[in-house]
Amino acid sequence: MIDYENREVLCSVRDMEVTFGKGRKKFVAVKGVNFDIYKGETFGLVGESGSGKTTIGRAIIRINPISAGEVLFKGQRISGKISREMDKMVTQKIQMIFQDPMASLNERAKVDYIVSEGLINVHPDMPREEREARVSQALSDVGLLPEFATRFPHEFSGGQRQRIGIARALIMEPEFIVADEPISALDVSIRAQVLNLMSKLQKERGLTYLFIAHDLSVMRFITDRIAVIHKGVIVELAETEKLYAHPLHPYTQALLSAIPMPDPDNEKKKVVKVYDPGVHHYENDPPKWIEIEEGHFIMANAEEEAQYREMLKD
Amino acid sequence: MLNNGDTILSVRDLHVKFSLRGKVLNAIRGISLDLYKGEALAIVGESGSGKSVLTKNFIGLLDRNGWVDSGEILYYGLESGPVDLAKYKTENEWQKIRGKQVAMVMQDPMTSLNPLKTIGWQIEEALKLHQGLQGEAAKNKAVEILSDVGILEPERRAKQYPHEFSGGMRQRVVIAIAMACNPQILICDEPTTALDVTIQAQILQLIRNLKDKYGLTTIYITHDLGVVANVADRIAVMYAGDIVEVGTCEEVFYDPRHPYTWALLSSLPQLGIKGQDLYAIKGTPPNLFNVIRGDAFAPRNPHPLKIDFLYRPPYFDISPTHKARTWLLDPRAPKVDPPEIISHIQGIKLDTMDIRERPSEGGEQA
Repeated sequence: MIDYENREVLCSVRDMEVTFGKGRKKFVAVKGVNFDIYKGETFGLVGESGSGKTTIGRAIIRINPISAGEVLFKGQRISGKISREMDKMVTQKIQMIFQDPMASLNERAKVDYIVSEGLINVHPDMPREEREARVSQALSDVGLLPEFATRFPHEFSGGQRQRIGIARALIMEPEFIVADEPISALDVSIRAQVLNLMSKLQKERGLTYLFIAHDLSVMRFITDRIAVIHKGVIVELAETEKLYAHPLHPYTQALLSAIPMPDPDNEKKKVVKVYDPGVHHYENDPPKWIEIEEGHFIMANAEEEAQYREMLKD
Repeated sequence: MLNNGDTILSVRDLHVKFSLRGKVLNAIRGISLDLYKGEALAIVGESGSGKSVLTKNFIGLLDRNGWVDSGEILYYGLESGPVDLAKYKTENEWQKIRGKQVAMVMQDPMTSLNPLKTIGWQIEEALKLHQGLQGEAAKNKAVEILSDVGILEPERRAKQYPHEFSGGMRQRVVIAIAMACNPQILICDEPTTALDVTIQAQILQLIRNLKDKYGLTTIYITHDLGVVANVADRIAVMYAGDIVEVGTCEEVFYDPRHPYTWALLSSLPQLGIKGQDLYAIKGTPPNLFNVIRGDAFAPRNPHPLKIDFLYRPPYFDISPTHKARTWLLDPRAPKVDPPEIISHIQGIKLDTMDIRERPSEGGEQA
């Protein structure tokens, strides 16, 4: 159980809304998103492609501007207009690991430059020897040889490239890492290596992760809490084990039922649920974001709230 | 169905090589495999294990720098009698096989459709070429196939362009085009890797339905053993250009024998225990430019035998449908138990998967 009273909130998102385009073409990608991420935890954000999960991650690290609401990091607002020092602090303390290790590394730069680029920007007067020492350290921290610093990205396999991506984030000594589908482009066996590396680094350095993914089988293994997002709205948020044990929202149930399991007997009998947004009657009674039990939030209107409470009883 | 059916395709001691930067790469190292009519075979392996290369030989899509060095690929689907696909060289010869007999669904539905032509046009093209349909007849058939693959309002959708379709819908269209040729064998190369979990489940269901409806023989290529449990009748596990284990779906999941199959199963995140490390296969696959001595997996095997580094193991039969290429099955070998974690696979659930119905409506079912 999580002690909600005494946990330190590292990052909170308040009523976040992100829109793209203007006027008639305006598209609301994310709306009314609220959550807290506690220090040292792995917070999962799961949803289908186009659901806005990446947009939330990018909005937190200030790549996408938000159109309403705010993002707080250690109690200070980091969204919208902020001072230069704050911006520098955010750049250093919050780092991102990207999805496709084939596309996220500069093909023309050596590993040495790729890994140290952030360092050069934040500490331009750091002596060269120290920077090189830090690069070697970061590479060996992620299980790569320091000699790799002089090579180009194309000389590495997918798993090694993703390690370079992690080294690039680590060298900034961040507290908070936004990992956007870090393993979905990797083979099953390499996946395990990268996941293990991420949890090892978390234990050693007390890192906090926002882990964005669409694969629920991996999410269960790595996250402490999960938020499920559908069409830009978070529909359910709970501790991982609780969410898997008592999924309340029909969309969460559909997602969970689709996880492929390695057991032919059960799999061949399985019925996959399909989410039909028509089950909600939101015309007259719009849904609200409510805490249905401690730490378990859900998007529901009054009628559904009563139903969900009924489901929690048995 | 298994083993009792007729063989539709038979691969005999196939060796495929590629010439790359002046060196020769041994991509397929002596594979023999029978494909039975009407079955669903899954080929599982890491990237670079040769699973795509193997199946590309069945449809004449091997890259220019690759060639069949020795071996046969006998196809029995033609009325004129068996033919050896390994001897096919010219496009004219392949035209008789490709599409009509063997069709392929590629991995990424975003890149396998022509963005400038309507969906209907792209399906009609296949119908005109392979079934000789013209005009209205082709149009009607295209609409029929679209509704077959589960696309709603097929008349309207046929007039739309690929960008108006979502990823899952595009993959359905790609399957529709493959089906328009009325093939005997459908090869699905990672058909769901680019798709979301919920869509993935629907596409797998669709392929299974088509297989039942038309008696199709299907080959699934994937790197994820977790996905194949519900689609495959038989599973072939590939490693370094070789099939190391083949058996029925149940045999491979419940009674795996090759250390590589053990490792693949152990690394599934579905079996992981929170707070502990997930099982990871150490090292990387062998370099296929080099000659491989002994068991290709031995260097990554946590408990290799001495002989694994010296001689290549033959196949040992475990049952009439199940065989594996590992010295562990030799009667003289010491007894090595499979890792503990995979002995719980049967009956594994996400503790929890008793998803409750909503009291009033109950969820829609696929």
